[in-house]
Amino acid sequence: MSENKITNILVAGIGGQGVMTAAEILSQTALSQGFDVKKTEVAGMAQRGGVVTSHVRFGTRVLSPAIPPGEADILVGFEPAEALRWISHLRPSGVAMINTTRQEPPVVSLGLYDYPQDPIGEIAATGIEYHAFDAGAIARELGNFKLVNTVMLGAISALLPFPAEALKNEILDRFRGRKPTLVEINDKAFELGRQASL
Amino acid sequence: MSAVPPLAGSNRRFMSGNEAVARGAWEAGCNLAAAYPGTPATEILEFAAHYPEMYTEWSVNEKVSLEVAIGASLAGSRALCAMKHVGLNVASDALMSQTLAGVGAGLVIAVADDVGLSSSQNEQDSRFWGRFAHVPLLEPADAQEAYEYTQRAFELSESFNTPVILRLTTRICHVKGVVSFDERSETSRAEGFVKDPGRLIMTPNVAKKRLPLMFEREAEIQRYSESSELNQIMAGSDRRVGFVTSGPTYMHVREAFPDAPLIKLGLSYPVPVDKIRELAGQVDRLVVVEEVEPLLETELKAAGIALLGKEILPRIGELSPNVLRPAIARLLGEALPETAEPVRAPIEIKPPAPRIDPATGANVFPRPPTMCVACPHLGIYYCLSKIRNTTISGDIGCYTLGAGHPWNALDTTICMGASMGIAHGLDKGRVEADRDKKIIAVIGDSTFMHMGMQGLLDITYNKGNVTILLLDNRAVGMTGGQDNPASGRDIHGNEAMKVDFRKLCEALGVKPERIHEVNPYELPTLFTALRDEVKIPEPSVIITNQPCVLIDYYGAQPALTVDDAKCTGCGNCLDIGCPAILVTRRETVVKPNGSEKELAFVKIESGACTGCNLCPKTCGPDAILPLADYIRQ
Repeated sequence: MSENKITNILVAGIGGQGVMTAAEILSQTALSQGFDVKKTEVAGMAQRGGVVTSHVRFGTRVLSPAIPPGEADILVGFEPAEALRWISHLRPSGVAMINTTRQEPPVVSLGLYDYPQDPIGEIAATGIEYHAFDAGAIARELGNFKLVNTVMLGAISALLPFPAEALKNEILDRFRGRKPTLVEINDKAFELGRQASL
Repeated sequence: MSAVPPLAGSNRRFMSGNEAVARGAWEAGCNLAAAYPGTPATEILEFAAHYPEMYTEWSVNEKVSLEVAIGASLAGSRALCAMKHVGLNVASDALMSQTLAGVGAGLVIAVADDVGLSSSQNEQDSRFWGRFAHVPLLEPADAQEAYEYTQRAFELSESFNTPVILRLTTRICHVKGVVSFDERSETSRAEGFVKDPGRLIMTPNVAKKRLPLMFEREAEIQRYSESSELNQIMAGSDRRVGFVTSGPTYMHVREAFPDAPLIKLGLSYPVPVDKIRELAGQVDRLVVVEEVEPLLETELKAAGIALLGKEILPRIGELSPNVLRPAIARLLGEALPETAEPVRAPIEIKPPAPRIDPATGANVFPRPPTMCVACPHLGIYYCLSKIRNTTISGDIGCYTLGAGHPWNALDTTICMGASMGIAHGLDKGRVEADRDKKIIAVIGDSTFMHMGMQGLLDITYNKGNVTILLLDNRAVGMTGGQDNPASGRDIHGNEAMKVDFRKLCEALGVKPERIHEVNPYELPTLFTALRDEVKIPEPSVIITNQPCVLIDYYGAQPALTVDDAKCTGCGNCLDIGCPAILVTRRETVVKPNGSEKELAFVKIESGACTGCNLCPKTCGPDAILPLADYIRQ
C-alpha cells in the first residue's frame, strides 16, 4: 500500500456554478485513466446558494472519501471568497486555481457581513502557490456564463497526473452526443483556461 | 504509477451509494420500492424508478412507505423502503410490531443517517433501531458494499424471517465509487399471500406468543453474526492499537492506520461479541470507532471487554482520518502526526507565511443556504416580517429558511408537520402576557400531507385559533423538487390525481369562508388576506398556489433591472430577500431633523432574475423595470 499515491482535488464554489459537474468530469477522466476514484459531495442544500464542495480522490485504491484538512493537492476555487474559505485545506505544496469573479451572498448585500477586501491578497500571504484569473470574464466573452466550469478545468489541466487531452476529451464527449453545437465553444473555453493559468 | 484496470465491459460503473442500493435491490429481484424523499436517501427511489420490473412510488410519509413494503413482502414480493434517519421515527410504529410478525418475502429498510448534519434537524443514530426492534442491521462501507449488502439484506430477511435494516450515512449515500454489478434474478414467492392470523394479526395474545420467537430469532442471528464472513478480523503488524469498525469508519480507520489489526463489522447488530473478544486478545489496546452514539462500546464493555471509545473520540460528527490520527497519537503518547510532505526546492525566499490553520480555516463571511431567486416563498415571508405581534410556528422544508435574514419570520421548527400542533399549543397554552398574540403556522404542501393535516384536524376539532399558511409549490422542494399528490404527477412523471387543498381543508373542518387561495406574487392581496385572517378568532387557511422555481411548472419571465437614475437607495426591495438583488453602494445621509439614515443603492443580477415581478411592488420610485424596456430607453 505504500506506493498508493492518492491525488486529492477539492472543488469549491457556490450552488449552481457547476462544482459537481467539474468534479464528476475529473472523476470520470481519472477512471478512464485506470485509477480507483472516490468522489464525495458536501452539499445538503446545494441548490440554495450555499457553499458547495466536492472532494475527488484517485489513486491505486482510495479508502476514505473525504480529503482531510491540509491534504488537498489542488484547490479549484470557483469564487475568490470560497477559495479563501478552503485555502487551508491545501497541503503546503498544493496549488490553488482561482476564478476571480466575485459572487456576493445576500448576507453581504444586507450589510450583515463584509466581503473580504482582498481575498487573493490573503491567499498570497499564506505563501501557497496559486493562479488567479477572471474565468467568469472569459466565459462571458464566449457568450455563456456556464462555461466557467470548462475554463477552470482547462486551467488545472497541466497540474494533473494524466494528459490534459484526456480531460478535454471527457468534457467534449459529454457534448458530442447530446449538444454537438457546444463542442467547439467548450474546446475554446478549455484552451483559454489552459492559457490563462500559465 | 500503478493503477486498477480500466472500466472494461459494461458491468462496472462509477455510482453513488444510493444508486448502488437501487441496483442491488433490483438484482435481488425486489418487486416494490417505496419512500418519502429525505436527504441523503432521496436518490435511492429516484434510481429505483428507472427499473421497470420494480413498482416504485413516492409515499406520503415514511410510515406509509414501510407499510406498503410490508404489504408487498406479505404478498410474496421482495420489498424495499428507503428513508432518512428521522423518517424511521415516523415509520417505527409499523417496525416495532412487524418485527414480531416477521416477513413474507424479503423486507429491507434502508435508513440513512446524516452524520455531520449536512441537511437535518438532528444527528440521531439509527443503529439503535436494530437493538430496539431486535432486527439485524447491515452497515456497508462504500458504494460497492451498499450494492452487495442490499442483496444480502434480502437473503437474511428471508433466512431469519425478519425485517432487515440497511444503515447508510451521508458518506455512503453521496459518495461515488466504482461498483461491479451483475444482472437481475427473479425471486418472488410462488404461493403469494398466505393467511396466517396467528402471526399477522398482532393482538396481545398473538404478540405474547411471538415475543419468545423474536428473541430466539435474535439469538440465532447473534450466532450467525459470530460466524459470518460479514464480520471479519483483519490482521495487522502494528498491534499497539486494534480497532472495532463498521460502515464508513472502516474506511477511515484503514486509511489512517493501514497496519493496525481490526474487525470490520458488516453485520453490526447483533454484535459478534466473541469475535471481538478474540481481537482484543491480539492487541495491546482496543478502540471502538463508531460515529455518533457509543452503542458497541457500551455493549462490549458490559461483556467485560476492556476497550476505549468515546473517552478519546468525539460523540458528534464524522470520525474521519484527521479526527482519528491525533486522538490515537495522544493515546500512545506520541507527537501529533505531521502531513507527509515531498521535499520541494524553494523557488524564492518568502517571509514566514501566516499559514491558516486547517482546523479552523480562514475567517470568511458565512454563505448560508438561502431561498432561490423568484421563489414563491419570498413574498410570503416579506408579508410575515411586516405583521406585528405574532408567534410563527414553522415546519421542515425550504420555507424553514424564512427564519433567516432578512425576514426573521419563524419562531419554531421541530419536525415534519409539527407547525400545526405547536401552533395549537401556543394558542391554547397562552398566558396573559400573550393575550393578543396572533398565532400563525407555516407549512408546505408536501409536509402538510406527510404529517401536518392531522394537526389541522386537531385544531378545528378543538376550536383552536391559528392562521395557517399552506405554501403549495407543487413539489417536495428542499430535496430537489420530487412529485407528490399536490403536483399531479407520480414518481415517473406520469399524470396522477392532484389533491384539492381547499376541499381537503374544508373536509378537515375549516369553514369555507376562512379558506383563501392566493397568488404569493400578488403582495397586496396576500398581505390583506393575512392581516384580516389573523384578526378572526378561528382557524383559517391561506393557500398560496405558485410552483417552485426549480420545477418545470415554473415559467421564467424576462429579467428586470434597476434604473440607477431613479433608485433612491431606500432599500425596501432588499426586504424581499431575493438573491438577485445586490447592493452597489451604501451612503449615510443626515435627514432635515438631524437623524442619520443608511441608504443602499441596488442592482439586479439580470443573468439570475426570472422576472417574477415581486420586487417592483416594493419600489416607491418605480426604479425597477424590465431589462428590455430599460435598454430601449
